[in-house]
Parts: sequence; structure tokens; C-alpha cells
Amino acid sequence: MSYVIEVRQIYKDYQTAAGAFPVLKDVNLAIERGDYVAIMGPSGSGKSTFMNILGCLDRPTAGEYFLDGHQVSQLSGNALAQLRNKTIGFVFQGFNLLARSNLLDNVSLPLVYSGVDKKSRHERAEQVLIKVGLGNYLNSRPSQISGGQQQRVAIARALVNEPRLILADEPTGNLDSKTSEEIMQLFDSLNQEGISIVLVTHETDIAEHAKRQVRFLDGKIVHDSYVESAVMEAS
Amino acid sequence: MFTAMLGEAWHAMGANRMRTFLTMLGMMIGVGAVVMMMAIGEGAQQSIKKSISSMGSNLFIVLSGPPNTAAARSATGNALSLNVKDADAIAELDGVAGVAPTTMGSAQVIYAGNNWNTSIIGTTPSYMEIRDWVIDDGYVFSNSDMRSATRVALIGKTVADNLFGDDTDPVGKTIRIKQSPFLVVGVLNPKGQSLDGRDQDDTIIVPLTTAQRKLFGNQVPGSVRMMMVQAESDKAMPQAEEDINNLLRQRHNIREGSDSDFSVRNLTAIANTAAETTRTMALLLGAIASISLLVGGIGIMNIMLVSVTERTREIGIRMAIGARERDILLQFLLEAFVISIVGCVIGILIGVGGAMLVKSFTGTDAVVTTQSITLAFAVAASVGIFFGFYPARKAARLNPIEALRYQ
Repeated sequence: MSYVIEVRQIYKDYQTAAGAFPVLKDVNLAIERGDYVAIMGPSGSGKSTFMNILGCLDRPTAGEYFLDGHQVSQLSGNALAQLRNKTIGFVFQGFNLLARSNLLDNVSLPLVYSGVDKKSRHERAEQVLIKVGLGNYLNSRPSQISGGQQQRVAIARALVNEPRLILADEPTGNLDSKTSEEIMQLFDSLNQEGISIVLVTHETDIAEHAKRQVRFLDGKIVHDSYVESAVMEAS
Repeated sequence: MFTAMLGEAWHAMGANRMRTFLTMLGMMIGVGAVVMMMAIGEGAQQSIKKSISSMGSNLFIVLSGPPNTAAARSATGNALSLNVKDADAIAELDGVAGVAPTTMGSAQVIYAGNNWNTSIIGTTPSYMEIRDWVIDDGYVFSNSDMRSATRVALIGKTVADNLFGDDTDPVGKTIRIKQSPFLVVGVLNPKGQSLDGRDQDDTIIVPLTTAQRKLFGNQVPGSVRMMMVQAESDKAMPQAEEDINNLLRQRHNIREGSDSDFSVRNLTAIANTAAETTRTMALLLGAIASISLLVGGIGIMNIMLVSVTERTREIGIRMAIGARERDILLQFLLEAFVISIVGCVIGILIGVGGAMLVKSFTGTDAVVTTQSITLAFAVAASVGIFFGFYPARKAARLNPIEALRYQ
């Protein structure tokens, strides 16, 4: 079995005035292709830092990180940017759309950075927007649609470059429970298509959508198990 | 990729129109000032050049009276020390192309009912060659006119316009200068303003002998106040000046050590000095205007820094979805560049318009050259890149995590 993510003995320190402050201490985790992982834990447990490292936005102080079989700890800034562009799709709690651009331009933005020409950019962006159910809003601005719809746009943007892996940092944190459920169903169906998903959440009902739950505490993984129902459902 | 970035830059500028406009305004004023100042400088230089070429080339003027005298002494009208025989002797020198002894005065001129007061130049036919002056219509009086002191006249364009108007051909008509009748034999080709601002076409040229015997009679026959001397070439000028000095001192029996009773001035050198002065002035005008261009550039830098701070989160998002440092750098650099180029184009229009206004209101020549426009454009583009670079680099070096967290 090949892993989409494999981290070995990851440490991360933050430099403060009082000296080095350890945030991650000897974290080891392997995530298989097509897996669906919920990362949980209280604030300050290091789960966000861990996500930043997984997302190639940050580098570990020590340890090795293999993304899709490639060692990324030593890669240059440009190479990391390319991984964020092609291999990973990000979904944030605050949606993080560009307010001035319409939905089509928002979703095609990653393709701008991978050098796709304008015509194919818009075609592909339109396809994924239809897929997430927003085919009628191509020229709307983010401010003209609801929060749940904005998160769908963000998911469409994460999908447009056909990534192996989607990283979602509290994707339902700003949404009501009904909309949260709809967004999670969208993640479920993406996972069924074979995309690996790692999401950070502190709500247990959200975490129950995942096949596997990993719990952080004080910079360490303290719990790692497969959810019975999800395993049953998948098989 | 590049066109997408250009589109984004345009978009970003449109998002904050007032601010973009004010930033551009700095650029517009800077470029406009540079184009206008250079146009005025160029205009001044061109009119100086025209005056210089209208003067004739490689010229000396030999004046009667000692050199370095105060104006008060030379104006007292002491006996004229030069005469036509001196002129003939100078003409024999090596390196001298021509000599024209000249006397001047002013007189009232009448034709039909029209009166005009103008300056009268009494000289020899060689004056025309030395001054490089041609006749539009008619012919130049000859040496036989000189010998017999014929009453013939060449009139300048201004005189012709004022005495005859547009309809009458002056050639062949008889005018009255100081009551005596003169036959107009030719009309001079217009020369425009001289270096000191006089209208060179407001003049009448008559044979020297006629002027001395029949117009300004009370002088020692043959003596003149000045002579125009033309050297054969630019290179011959220093030697010719020395030779003229030596020859005249010898002819006037001036002992070594005592002052000459005449002075030789290099008109061409004086003209070149005037041209040099104008050039320096034009350069100074351009330099002063460039300072406003610099200020405009600083305005761009200032606004780009604000823009980078405001859009920190946007930069974070872009980085998270795969923008490389150089993509972010290019985006902000392009934005600064587009602002300065658009400002520059509008500034050029303002500058050209301003130059035209100056020309129509003051009559000063203002000439916009393609060279000045190219220069303004190039400077504006480099100002945009130079002052856009620091903010753009600041944006590109942002930490994506911190940028994403920025509120």
C-alpha cells in the first residue's frame, strides 16, 4: 500500500523571546491513498501547525515528510508552491475567496499559476462549479451568495487542478449545522471518487463522516482509530 | 499567464479608482512638466539656431573705437577710425572670404501715403554674401552702383509689408528716404529675429557711397563705423583675427604697447556662447521638471506599500493555492508599472497640450520632439519599476501562514 502522506518523527519549534517553544513533538502518521481522516484536538494541541506542514505552507524543524512518495522537507520555495498548486487542494474555515473576482475567476485562479490558457481555465472552472452545484452563479461575486455556497466555491477551487489530496481546516466552522451536513456530504462523495481527505475539526458529528480519527494533545498524537460505521459503509 | 496578470493589475486598479487616479496624477504632472519644459527648451534652442544661421557663418565684426571701452565713451561719436581702404586691405588677407564696410542709420521712408521709420544699412554688394542673404525678387545693386552712388535700395520684408501692403510689387517702385527718391531694385528674403531680438527684416540696404553722400552726409568720406568680415572657414578664424588686428594696427600706425583704435569681435563665438547658454537653460528646465517625476514615483511606492498591506490576506490565499514568489512579485510590479505607464501617456498628452497653450498665448516657440516623448516614457517606465519593486518584493516575501491569518 502506498501512502499519500507519510510523516516520520516530525518536530516543530517556534522561536519565542523565552526560547524555542515546541509545538509538535515526535509526530508519526501515515495516510493511505483514498483515506478520509479527521484530525481533532483542543486549541493549542498543534493540529493547525501539523496541517500547515502537511499543506507545504510550513516546514518542520526536524523529521521527514513524504507527500505522494516524494520527500518534501528539503524542497525549495518554488517546488513547494508547485505542490500546493497541483497535488493539494486547500479548503479554509473562512472560505478565503477573492472578493473582487467572480466565482469563475476565483475557481480558475490555481490554473493561472499552473500556466493553463484562459479558455481551458474557464472551461475547467465551469465544470467543477457545476459539479458542486453552482452552475448558475458563474458570474456572481462571493458576497452575493450564502456561506454554504461560498464554501462550495472554495471546494471547487481546491478541486480544479485535480489534486490527490484535499486539506480542509475546520471547513464547517463558520456554517450552521444543516449547511455543514451538506458540505460534509460533498466531501464524502469526493472521497468516494478516490480523493484523499484530511480535515481538522473539533465537532464530533463532523468527525464521524471520516473513516479515521486522529486526536492531538500537547503536540502529540494520543489517539488514532478507524470509525466502525465508516469502515462498514465503505466496504 | 502574463495577460492574466495584466488583467488582474487592471482589475486591482479599478477596485480603488480614486486612489489609483491620485497616484497617477503624480505621474501625469511629472511627465507633463518634463514634456512641456523640454518643449520650451527645445523651442528656445531652435529659435537661437535660426538666428545664428540667419547671421551668416564665420563672422567677425570690426568696430571703430578702442576695445574694452565703456559704453559712455564709445557713444560720444569720436572720429571714425575705419575706412573703406582698411576694408580693401583686409579683403586681401589669407583666410578672409569677404569684407563689407557698413554704415548705419535710421530714416523716415515714404511710399504713396505710407510712412515707416526703419534702419538704413549702407554697405557693399559683398555684404549680401557675407550675411548669406538672398533676394526674393529683383537684383542686388552692383559695384558700378557703388562707384556712382546710385539711389537704389533693397528693402526688407517688414518694410515692404508696411509701405506697399500685399497687393503691390515693390520692385521698380520709387520710395522716398529722407525726402530723396530711391528706386527699389529688390526685396530681401525674410530672416526673422536676430540674436538680440531685433527684426532683421525691418531694414533697407543701400550702396555705402549713396548712404554716405546722400543720406548721412556729415562724415569724413570713406570712413565707416564698422565692417563685417567673413573668414573662409571655422578653422581659419583664429589666424584671421590675429591677421586683421596686426594689419589694422600697422595701417593705423599704432605703436606696440598702446591701445588699438578699433576692436575685432568674433560674432560666431558670441553666438555659440548664446546657444550654449540656451542649451544649459533647457537642460536645467528638464532637470527641475524631473524632480516632480521622482516625487510621482515616490507616490507610487507609497500607495503600493499600502496596497500590499491591505491585500496581505489575498496574497496568502494566492500563495496557498500555488503562487510562487515571482508570481506575486510580478503581479505587484505590473500593477505599479501599469499605473506609471497610463499616468505617463496622459502626462504626455497634458505636456503636449501645455506646450501648445504656451505657444499660442506667449508666442514662445515650444517644440515637442519625439525624442523628449520617448525619454519621458522610458523614465516613467523605469520609475514605475524602480519604485514598484520594493513593495512587490515585500509582498512576495510574505510568510503564507501569517498572511492567511492576517485580518
